[in-house]
Amino acid sequence: MSFEPGLYHILFVSTALFFIGVLGFFTRRNLITMLMSLELILNSVNLNFIAFNKYVWPGQLDGLFFTLFIIAIAAAEAAVAIAIIINLYRNSQSIDVNNAEELKY
Amino acid sequence: MMNGSTILFYLLAALTLGCGVLSISTRHIFRAAIYLLFSLVGVAGIYFWLAYEFIAAVQIVVYVGGIVVLIIFSIFLTQQAGEKLPAQSLSRGIWAALAVFCAFALTMLQVVQHNFPEGGENKHVTVRDIGEKMLHTGDGGYALPFEIISMLLLAAMVGCIVIASRTKPESK
Repeated sequence: MSFEPGLYHILFVSTALFFIGVLGFFTRRNLITMLMSLELILNSVNLNFIAFNKYVWPGQLDGLFFTLFIIAIAAAEAAVAIAIIINLYRNSQSIDVNNAEELKY
Repeated sequence: MMNGSTILFYLLAALTLGCGVLSISTRHIFRAAIYLLFSLVGVAGIYFWLAYEFIAAVQIVVYVGGIVVLIIFSIFLTQQAGEKLPAQSLSRGIWAALAVFCAFALTMLQVVQHNFPEGGENKHVTVRDIGEKMLHTGDGGYALPFEIISMLLLAAMVGCIVIASRTKPESK
């Protein structure tokens, strides 16, 4: 593998970003910080699509469109998640996942 | 052999990954949001480095201008100012880091062993190409997903208003 950045270097960055997000999702117990980890995971997927579009199928635009639609869906998902978090905070005065167990039993 | 473009890529990668790690490890939730912001800016920089200017602009407008601001607002609404997040148990952190590192090593091993086909010549993507493909109804066009995304955004907006609006006391 050469020193010049190419597809594999970008795949390394996106894989590392994905697993940083997964680690945050495992260790955090606050809903907002879990949402932040989720954003990191989605960004690493976008980076993968763009890298494959650039280096493997440069004539096509499909990876670019997948990234655009993922960004739109991520925006909708973040808005709905924050609405749910605010509603949860209003009901239980806490956004810790350990306290959100009303639906559990 | 170290030209400016190479150095720029490594700087952007370091910014993205470093701020990502800080974002999931800091115990100040507001600082976590700011580190997330810089990590997303680093990803946008990598898009610029790959010469996909339109995606980089969308990344900055939607993520940095929209989602991070939304997260910061929700932090203000739900957290006490200056309060640290409670410390997590050390054993859970160690086991999670171990599992994540093993998965990362396994994935990178697969990626390095796989031989991706070499693409053709590089073509610069203009906004004109993107617009024509997005509203193209024929084969390989993205007009239908574009319309469905607009319906999804409308549904998400209505859903947010319904969920976050104050419920009446008698309905509880």
